[in-house]
Amino acid sequence: MAAEEKGALTEAVFYILLALHEPRHGYAIMQGVQELTSDRVTLGPGTLYGALSTLVEKGWITAHADDQNSRRKDYVITDLGRSVFQAELERLEELLTHAKLVQGSEKV
Amino acid sequence: MRRRVFKMYVNYEKEEKWLNQMAAEGWHCVDYFFGRYIFEKGEPGEYTYRIQLLENHLKHPDSVAYLQFLEDAGIEMIATYVRWIYLRKKTASGSFELFSDRESRITHYKRIMSMLLPIAIVNFVFGVGLLGNPRPINLLNLAAACVLAIPILSYYRRMQALEKDGIIRE
Repeated sequence: MAAEEKGALTEAVFYILLALHEPRHGYAIMQGVQELTSDRVTLGPGTLYGALSTLVEKGWITAHADDQNSRRKDYVITDLGRSVFQAELERLEELLTHAKLVQGSEKV
Repeated sequence: MRRRVFKMYVNYEKEEKWLNQMAAEGWHCVDYFFGRYIFEKGEPGEYTYRIQLLENHLKHPDSVAYLQFLEDAGIEMIATYVRWIYLRKKTASGSFELFSDRESRITHYKRIMSMLLPIAIVNFVFGVGLLGNPRPINLLNLAAACVLAIPILSYYRRMQALEKDGIIRE
């Protein structure tokens, strides 16, 4: 992974990659994320599609035409996308561990 | 009941605000073409309006997929104008924002700027006669450059404010 790709993922990208662990079209991604977060994260259409085309360009997800409707595109995460997502999970876990460590020692 | 209104906007955010004000009064825009708006009388506040500049032309596969997505999401496209699309959604079905984060808002402003800036610069260059116009100063070009400078400055300020926020929060 290039150095510039080591930063934090945006919340939109994080949830899109999570939703695309199984193939989904645009509206299904939006609904999936909304359900998972109990409506806290509602991806704007412009935000969602901007992120999708960037992620396709980066090779983190792939797009192919939907079987039922050729105007629709199905997206799914790639191996590269999975490794980026895994690295992000490790980063987030580290943040949590550090926060708990400091806050825990404060209370003692 | 229908109503036709002629109006010219150079700032899409002002235009969007006006369409929503009209909708709040029960006048819902159903068509637009070059400064001509068609409104239909309905329930006040029934629709929320949004305007967006697409990255690609309307027939591009990415645009086609996006328009299909909007349809799936219950968003109606009432008009298109070059790469601009005019959208509305029933207000009762929840809030309607095209962009849910800072980055994508900035990207949208940048897209508009990259369309407006070259036109403004060309008009300015012709306007002040740098390319050897017959007249030393071409007032029409200069006026066009000045008119375009208004939204460009407004978008620029909004982008700067968004970028400043980004130091603290995503």
